[in-house]
Order: sequence, then structure tokens, then C-alpha cells
Amino acid sequence: MKKLLPLAALVLIVVTVQIITEWTDTRFYLTQLTMSAYYALLIIGLCVVMGYAGQISLGHAGFFAIGGYLSAALTTHNLVAYQNSALIRMLDGLGVLVSGQDIYGDALIAVTPWAACAVAVVSAAVIAWILGIPVLKLKGHYLAMATLGFGIITYRIVLASEYFGEADGISEVPAFQLLPGLAVSGDFGAREENYYIAWGLLIIGMILLRNLIDSRVGRALRSIHGSEEAAASSGVDTARFKLQVFVLSAVFAAVAGVFLTHYNGGIGPSESGVMKSVRYVAIVAVGGMAHLWGAMIMGVILNFLSLRGVFGSYDDAVFGLILIVVMLFAPNGILSLNWRGYAYMIFRLATARKQSGGKTDGPA
Amino acid sequence: MALLEISRLHKKFGGLHAVNDVSFNVEHGAIKAVIGPNGAGKTTLFNLITGTLAASAGAVQFKGENIQGRKPHQIAACGIARTFQNIKLFHGMTALENIMVGRHLRSRAGFMASMLRLPWSRQEEQKIRGKAMELLELLEIAAYADVDATSLAFGQQRAVEFARALALEPALLLLDEPAAGLNMHETAEIGRLIARIRDLGITVLLVEHDMSLVMEISDEIVVLSFGQKIAEDVPAAIQDNPEVIKVYLGE
Amino acid sequence: MTVELFVQYLFAGITYGAIYAIVAIGFNIIYNTTGIINFAQGEFVMLGGMISISLLPYLPLTLAIAVAVLVTMIFGALLEICFIRWLESPSVLRMIIITIGLSILTREAALHIWGESIRSLPYFVGNEITTVAIWGARISPQVLWVIGACGLMVLFLSLFFQTTSVGREMRACAANRKAAILCGINTRNMVTLSFVLSAGIGALAGCVMSPITSTEYSIGTGLAIKGFTVAILGGLGNSMAAVGAGLLLGILEAFSISVLPLAFKDAIAIAILLVILFVRPHGLFGSATAAGLKEF
Repeated sequence: MKKLLPLAALVLIVVTVQIITEWTDTRFYLTQLTMSAYYALLIIGLCVVMGYAGQISLGHAGFFAIGGYLSAALTTHNLVAYQNSALIRMLDGLGVLVSGQDIYGDALIAVTPWAACAVAVVSAAVIAWILGIPVLKLKGHYLAMATLGFGIITYRIVLASEYFGEADGISEVPAFQLLPGLAVSGDFGAREENYYIAWGLLIIGMILLRNLIDSRVGRALRSIHGSEEAAASSGVDTARFKLQVFVLSAVFAAVAGVFLTHYNGGIGPSESGVMKSVRYVAIVAVGGMAHLWGAMIMGVILNFLSLRGVFGSYDDAVFGLILIVVMLFAPNGILSLNWRGYAYMIFRLATARKQSGGKTDGPA
Repeated sequence: MALLEISRLHKKFGGLHAVNDVSFNVEHGAIKAVIGPNGAGKTTLFNLITGTLAASAGAVQFKGENIQGRKPHQIAACGIARTFQNIKLFHGMTALENIMVGRHLRSRAGFMASMLRLPWSRQEEQKIRGKAMELLELLEIAAYADVDATSLAFGQQRAVEFARALALEPALLLLDEPAAGLNMHETAEIGRLIARIRDLGITVLLVEHDMSLVMEISDEIVVLSFGQKIAEDVPAAIQDNPEVIKVYLGE
Repeated sequence: MTVELFVQYLFAGITYGAIYAIVAIGFNIIYNTTGIINFAQGEFVMLGGMISISLLPYLPLTLAIAVAVLVTMIFGALLEICFIRWLESPSVLRMIIITIGLSILTREAALHIWGESIRSLPYFVGNEITTVAIWGARISPQVLWVIGACGLMVLFLSLFFQTTSVGREMRACAANRKAAILCGINTRNMVTLSFVLSAGIGALAGCVMSPITSTEYSIGTGLAIKGFTVAILGGLGNSMAAVGAGLLLGILEAFSISVLPLAFKDAIAIAILLVILFVRPHGLFGSATAAGLKEF
């Protein structure tokens, strides 16, 4: 029961925020809050890999991009030219194609968002699996560089491929009809429902991962972080668990990518850039590495500020600075700092000054 | 058939022959000790048995099966648990959670069952917790169940590591210098504990420097020197073995 | 492929390879004394180029380069003194994140100082169309400058490490830090010195390459990845092997352009990096047991 309290509080806050924006007529904030929730979804997945299992990944923007780009490409590329091919007819028979008209009124055949989402997420999982088998054998600097290398390759590929729109990215991505009457889209009229879709997804993600950490699998992951040798001699198949958690986090990143792309109506190459991956690592670090709630809260706050443009042209610099300052002074995250201790110290200093001003008989 | 049969085991590091043609058996229900001066290859031998290192040649048979070349977690699954010379607990986890990791092989919840908290996995979790608490009580450290394991006192950390190994319900327990860093009183305590573990039906193979402990609890002793076995006998005979005395006291 | 074209590609490869080798040696110097991979290594190259370009209107070329190298060396020393020196046995993950943060900050500072424009130093001799003929191919003399400067730096470094007492003390740190402390070597100063040295060679490489490759605020990351690939290829910590590995990567890249689209040129280095990491993480020339002894 005690564990349900923070979740209940989170639900309450989410609803309260929406109501406040309604009352104060500041509904435009919901747009960035929705986007922040999707980024936070990726970040909590990364938090489990980095903080709990102890494996650094500098390539998670790559998985986000695989999700977003595949979903965008499949739902926008017109298949009319191939409509008589056997493959297309078979797919049509399976009900994964949708036909309509594009903005110029020409016939348009594309993959339905549901099918595209499935393909995108499964692809990310498979790529994470294939990449993870060799990469997760590496440690420390080697692992960091190998995942960074993966991130850069993804970036180069989307930037160099006509299919992914090169430097322009992909736009005009259609809405993602989740249920009748409930669609992921950037329509102004659908702002509230999209806010709740995003936060609902994030809360589900939090529940799943929180359960995971406090379980047999979670303990196995944390034991790998603690001592890989001792974990193995306790019977933990370290390679398998590292791989599985890496794939799981890739799925979280890809789902975030798919949903955010449909919400924004497009995706560009900067989403797969190295700076994005570094930013995610920074946020997990600020949150306290092995701290799911910290990662989520920081993920929402920092992304929200960044999306609101608070950091201006210093956006990347701010995240670089955050990384350094947190790692230098609070390597266990800013939530782990002894805030109560600091408050007490300031309180003592303040009262001590007052006392000395009031000519008391000095320290006891 | 003995529980553990080590035959003609070799391990070379470059030009160094750390373990050189070592063979011996460990019988069911025995307490067997491996002793020898520093650098005799005792810990290397342990690492070969547990799969942390791969042998250059030779075989390790456990319950009649050759386990040489298997991975550490597979060897643990066969029923071999171990402790480490320099205690290796999982930081950031409580004493109880450390021991619960030891139940890994005796439970089966995977990613899906854990994330969705399926009813059967919840029951399994209860059982894991119950068994871990039992072990904490057995080792008289139940009071520290919810304390971060790495912040415990040295002796208590060793107890947690013991409990974690016992949680596997192993057939064979390997102890790497269980008395290292303990005072005489604590060493005697460990001796009694090892005897109790044997009474639970667990065979024990240990590496130890403390001769009084080894002589008191062991059924048989193997002596290594420069990677080679120079003697294997009951404690009384080892004490009188001229070669062993030569190795320990010099010419 | 004609002989001329072959020589042309070969020299282009050697030019880039020499730069990669210098970045890799920069990685190695710091790695050897600290066990840290300094992810900000590429930024030293960028700073060297940028500062010398900015000084050029006021100073003659040689002096501008000298001052740029000096300033970058001081910058390297400051990085170490401010951010690394006082950390008590930091974890590898922490050091990775800190040096990545430093690299981002340096790059962002450069962006705000110099903007996004692409700049370059003038050719040291002649201009962009001046060439010398070698085996029938037309080669820019700047290429020879790059190769010569990098060669001299390697020579200087090996002399420094072999013959001077400071160099020997740094090698002692690399071999066994604790033992070095016991011998009375101030290992902290050695660490600072390693940052100064690798900043210096990086900056000089950044100056001599600038006329050919141009300099912009963002070149650091790419160079760092290539340099790291080369360092790994040669075996981390092994600077002589890094020279061979650097030339190998440079030449491979140069010839790849004749087969693959230009956009994939960078992908080649990274693909090589990934393959090497998977197959021989101890490098082409290193031994697995020796690498196993290194702490990670």
C-alpha cells in the first residue's frame, strides 16, 4: 500500500496540473508537458540500464530515432506505385494498409499507424538485441564508445537516406488512432486527451519498471552492478540479463519515439543526434542514477524547461554543465544530497547569529 | 564416486604454471581444506572450479559430470556456491536483498512476470523473502536485514556472504579464506558455523591460512606449493609430513 | 586506378591518418597516467585551430600557432586542475561523464565565441593551388607539413619519454601508480603534465591541418571518435602502434571514398571501431593477457 502512495500522488498532480491550465487559460503548457512525458518514458528505461544494471549507453537517441523514423516513414510513404504487387495485396488483405488521399487529392496508400508502431518497436528491439550481444560484453570506456558509435551511425544513416528525408526529416505524419475517439495527434482540439495519453503511458511505464526493480529480475540486475563476479556465482546469467534489460530500454525508447513523432506530426535528424543521447544520460545522472523517481522527475522538469526555450541558445551547454556539476559534487544525484542537513545548518547559522546579537552566554 | 573429482588440472598464465597437474577428490559430506603458502595457486584453483577462469588442461567432475569450461552461473546451477577472499557484496542493496539474490536459481520470475507482478510471482517473492530471513536468523544477523550490506561491520559482511551462498542450497560450498581478517573468537565461531553447515548435508571445500581452524574442522587436507600438490591426508598426518613442514618452515 | 590517383589517395590517407594518430597518442598519454579516456581530446585540436586563426590578424603565422598551442596547453592544465585533480578515486562511469561534459562545454563555448562559420589558416607555403609533384601526383605542400609536423611530434614524444627524467617518471606512473608514489614521484603533477602534453600535441595538429581540412567548432567529436578508434586499434596505451593504426585508418578512409558515398566515410571508422571492439578489444598489436591486466 505504501508503495502506491507516490503513484497516487503522481496521478493527482497530473490531473491537478491539467485543471489549473484549464482555469488559468494556460493550456499551451500542456504541449510541452506532453512532449516531456514522452522523453521521460525513454529516460526511465535508460535509468534501469544505467542506474540499476550499471551499463552506460550513449546511443539511446538511436533507439528513439529508430522508433520515430520507422513509424513516420511507414505511415507517410505512398505505396500507390506498388499497389498491384503481391506483397502489397497481401498486406492489404491483412488489414495493415490504409488508403486515402494526400493533401493534393491524389490516391494514397500507406501502412496503418498500429502496424507501423509494431514494426518500429520490434525493429528497435531486434537491433538492440543484435547490437547488445557483442557490445554488452564490453565494460567502461569501451562500452561508452561502442554505444556512442552506434548512435553516430544511426544519425549518419538517417541523414544520408532519402527514405528518411535526409536533413529535412519526415513531416505530415498522420494521427495515431489508439481507440475510437482517442488519437495521438498534435491537433489543438486534442491537447487534453494527448496530455493524458502521454502521462498515462509514462505512469504505466513507471509501474512496470518499479515492479521490475523490486523483483527477482531487479535484484539480479542490481547484483550485476554490484559485482558481476559474485552475481555470476550466485547463478545470475549476467550476459542474458544485461541483454534483456538493454532490449527492454530500447523498447521504451522506441515507444516514446513512435508516440512523440505522431504527436509532433514529424521527426528530424536532430532527434538521433549524439547530444540527445548525452542529454538523456545527464538527466539520469541528475536524478541519481539508481533512482527511478529521480530520473522521471528530472526528465520531465529539464525537458520541459528546455522545450519552453528557457535555456535559449545555451541549451546544450546547460546539459553539459549539469553533467559536470552533478558528477563533481553529487555523483548520486541531487535528490541524494543531504538537503535536510543543509537546511538544518542554515537554520543553526541563522539562529546562532541571532543569539550572538542578543548577547547570550555563548556556546554551551 | 566422489562429489567433486579434480583430475590433472593445469592453469598457465604466460610462463607461470599457477596450477600444475593437481588431482584430488572431495567426498560427499566432507570438509576438505586446501592449504599452502602464498602464491601456491589456491585461489586460482577455486577460480578454475567455479568457472571464473578456464583451465589450460584437465577436468573437473561434479556429480560425475565434467563441468570444466562451463560458465560461472552454469556451475552455480549445478549446485556449487562460493564466498570470496575479499568479500563481494552487492552495494546499494540491503543484507536481506543480498541474500535474496542467492535464491535466484531457486525461483523463476522473468521480465514479464516481474513487471506485471503476476500472482504466482508474488507468491514466489514471499517464499524468497521467507527463506532469506531464515538464513539471516541462522547466521544471527536478522537485526541487520534492512541495512545496506556494504555498510555492515566486517564480520557481519562475511556472515551475509555466507548466507547468500547458502541460499543457493548448494551441494558443495567453496569458502575462500573464511577466517581472513577475523579475530580468534570470531574464527572459532566460523569453525562452528562450518561444522553446522556440514551437518545440513553440504559438502565444504575451503582455502584457509589459519592452521588451528583447518586442523580442527577438516576431515582431509590438500597441500599445494608452487601450483603442485605435495600432500593429501588427514590433519594429524599432515602435521607430521616432513615435506609440508619443509614448505612452511623452509629447509 | 592510375598510379597518380593511387598516390593522391595514399597521401590524403596519410595526412588524415597522421592527425588521427596524434589524437590517439593524446588519448594514450592521459590514459597511461590516469586510466581515464579523456572524451574532450578532440576539443584540443579544435581549440588549437580556432585560436591560431583568431590570432592571425595580429601576429605572424609561426607566433600565432605557438601562442595557440601554449594557450591550449594552459587550458588542458586548467581542465585537469579544476575538474579532475581533487576527485578521490572516481569511478570510470563518473570520469566518462565528466569528460563528456567538459567536451560539450568547450564546444558550446567555442560556438558562442567563434560562431558556426567554417574557418581555416592560410597555407603555410603558397596557396591552395600550389602543388609539388611526387611520383606523378600533384600534392599540396601543406600535406608534407602535416606529415612532417606529426612525425616530429612522435619523435619528440618518444625522445621525451625515453631520455628525460620527467618522461621516465611519467612512464613509471603508467606502469604502476602506487609504486611511483612510493618512489617519491608526484603523480598528481604527472597527471597535469599529461593533460598539458596531449593538449599541446592536439593543438599543434589542429593548426597544421587547418589549411587542408578547415576548422569549425564541432570538429572535436568526430576527431575524438576517430582518434579513439585508432587508439583501440593499436591497443590502448600503446603510442607507437597508434601511429601504424592511424595511418591504416586514414588510408582505408581515403580509398573508401572511391567506392562508397562520401556520407558514409565517417561510418567506416565507426564500423571498424565496433568490429575491433567486438573481435580484438585489446587492439591489433596488443596481447589479450596484457590488456586483461589493465583496470577498467
